[in-house]
Amino acid sequence: MEAVKPDRGLGKEEKMTEVKDEILYQPILKTSRGFYIVFALLLFVVLFAAYAYFIQIRDGLGVSGLNSPIFWGVYITNFVFFIGVSHAGTLISAILRISKAEWRRSITRSAEVITVLVLFFGLGNILIDLGRIDRMMMVIRHGRFQSPLLWDVVSITTYLTASAIYLYLPLIPDIALLRDRIKGGFRGRLYQVLALGWAGTERQIHYLEKGIAIMAVTVLPIAVSVHTVVSYVFSMTIQPMWHSAIFGPYFVAGAIFSGIAAIIVAMAVLRRVYHLEGYFREVHFNNLGILLLVMTCLWLYFTFSEYLTVFYGAEPDEIKVFMEKFTGKYAPHFWFMVMTCFIIPFTILANSKTRTIKGTVIASISVNIGMWLERYTIVVPTLMHPRLPYETGMYSPTWVEWSILAGCFALFAMIYMVFTKLFPIVSIWEVQEGREKAHDEVAERLRTYLPL
Amino acid sequence: MSRWGMVIDLDKCTACQACVIACRIENNIPPPNPEEAALSRSIGWIRMVERVEGEYPHIKSNIMPVPCMQCEHPPCVKVCPVGATNETKEGIVDQIYARCIGCRYCCNACPYTVKFMNWYKPAWPKEMMNSLNPDVTVRPKGVVEKCVFCAHRIQRAKDRAKAEKREMTPDDYMPACAETCPSKAIYFGDLNDKDSIVSKLARSPRAFRLLEELGTEPKVYYLREGA
Repeated sequence: MEAVKPDRGLGKEEKMTEVKDEILYQPILKTSRGFYIVFALLLFVVLFAAYAYFIQIRDGLGVSGLNSPIFWGVYITNFVFFIGVSHAGTLISAILRISKAEWRRSITRSAEVITVLVLFFGLGNILIDLGRIDRMMMVIRHGRFQSPLLWDVVSITTYLTASAIYLYLPLIPDIALLRDRIKGGFRGRLYQVLALGWAGTERQIHYLEKGIAIMAVTVLPIAVSVHTVVSYVFSMTIQPMWHSAIFGPYFVAGAIFSGIAAIIVAMAVLRRVYHLEGYFREVHFNNLGILLLVMTCLWLYFTFSEYLTVFYGAEPDEIKVFMEKFTGKYAPHFWFMVMTCFIIPFTILANSKTRTIKGTVIASISVNIGMWLERYTIVVPTLMHPRLPYETGMYSPTWVEWSILAGCFALFAMIYMVFTKLFPIVSIWEVQEGREKAHDEVAERLRTYLPL
Repeated sequence: MSRWGMVIDLDKCTACQACVIACRIENNIPPPNPEEAALSRSIGWIRMVERVEGEYPHIKSNIMPVPCMQCEHPPCVKVCPVGATNETKEGIVDQIYARCIGCRYCCNACPYTVKFMNWYKPAWPKEMMNSLNPDVTVRPKGVVEKCVFCAHRIQRAKDRAKAEKREMTPDDYMPACAETCPSKAIYFGDLNDKDSIVSKLARSPRAFRLLEELGTEPKVYYLREGA
């Protein structure tokens, strides 16, 4: 019999493995010139978007391409898109944690950060879309729960809180590692405070693991509720092709779909920039690629069901919107969406030869473009065809809307970059724990699966 | 309590659009500027909607004035997150301009597309500035506005009745469009009073309401053409 170890994980052995994971500290300790150049370029885009928004605040929403009856456009598309991408991190990470998938260890952090950051852009876009941003507190003061927008407010703020906690908890041991390395200065103080006096005692580890487990289970229903409620904003109205019972699951599936794609792209960039080849390995991209493949098929299934129902029923008001998407003004958008959401990713991912890192990244970029278009072709064509025969114009977004969209992406990248400079983008302690314990744990688990 | 309703006789309507102009003047709606109108952004609380059915030579077209339907179950009120759009006790679907956050959810939820957004700050030619109606709020930029059956006229009618030391009668109150109509195609009155002209006409076999199948129960009725 082996003696029971008094200290689990982060005890003395940590010193040995620290050298191994040295590369994970590098982004925090050193900053290359390339970082500053990219940062400056992104800052330029963000400042330009800020200028565009200033123009909108000064002159009114008229500077966008919106009109009557196309009251919603790019901003609402962005809102749905970003909230969708936010399903990447927390949801995938929670599912992998609960299912004890060992390959998750090095990828969860980079995914969870996406969730927390991108949620702000979802919320931000709906605020940008308001005609009267100065009155946004009315939603708190006079909020009416009869409106699906209020459900959104509640659901998204809950999700934001939960996923921020879920990001922070597994960060604590890593912050403690940094606290022990970097003394003094702004960072030293920051880590001192955020580490919450973590010493890696058995008691602390026990509570931390319990906390993470509870949060992993908690975020699952919240995440599902978020995109369901986002879809309700549309499906609760009686407008043709919005009023659909399938929208809840359709949106959730689409959200996970674009979310996984976002993780893959982020991982590929991190891998390259910070030389994390050892942490984001072929197998990670392969596994996420298979997950993306499943979601591609699910997306096609939902899309097919939704459109066949409308087409077969051929209700006049609905068929007008349907034809606009299939053969009308929005046909290019629609068919490009089918191409980028299904044909390209399916072709690449279904074949194990092309399901390489490069392949999954191409598929993921394609999916993200496609999913943005999906949201766009859901929002706009319906509004183009009100039930009564009005004259309707075409909606073409202006430079203000495009600049703000570019600004959102740029600002997201900037904050993500800053995060990698402050905190390890790969969970150091979880990787170490995996190295030390996962072998035995998995072997033990295997024994319970197999017949004696 | 009255329940205000409107009946528009399409046989009498000549599509002269006097109601459209009267509404603009009464409710301080700025004249549309050509560029904005080209983007289909002009505001008109009552509008002429042209419907063309069929193909040549079996073509049929009609024109009807469409104000806010003042639904009994308004889809716009349901979705407003702040209660800026709401139904008054007398059944008028009202808009509180000082509370509206400009999210335009109500515009999208309305199946009749009769809610309008102030994309810019409203502007009038200098000559018109002195003739704005002091009874009607000028809307700021970024809020949604709509036909409210000239609800400010109810207050005026009540004040007048009070000054004359009598109860207000339904005849004291009439929206600008109904008052102006040269061919008297627009009737207005209390739907709760079974003997009122609107009640009687609403029960006529010619009466119909727009998109009745949606269950919104409009309080604006139409009398079918050529029946």
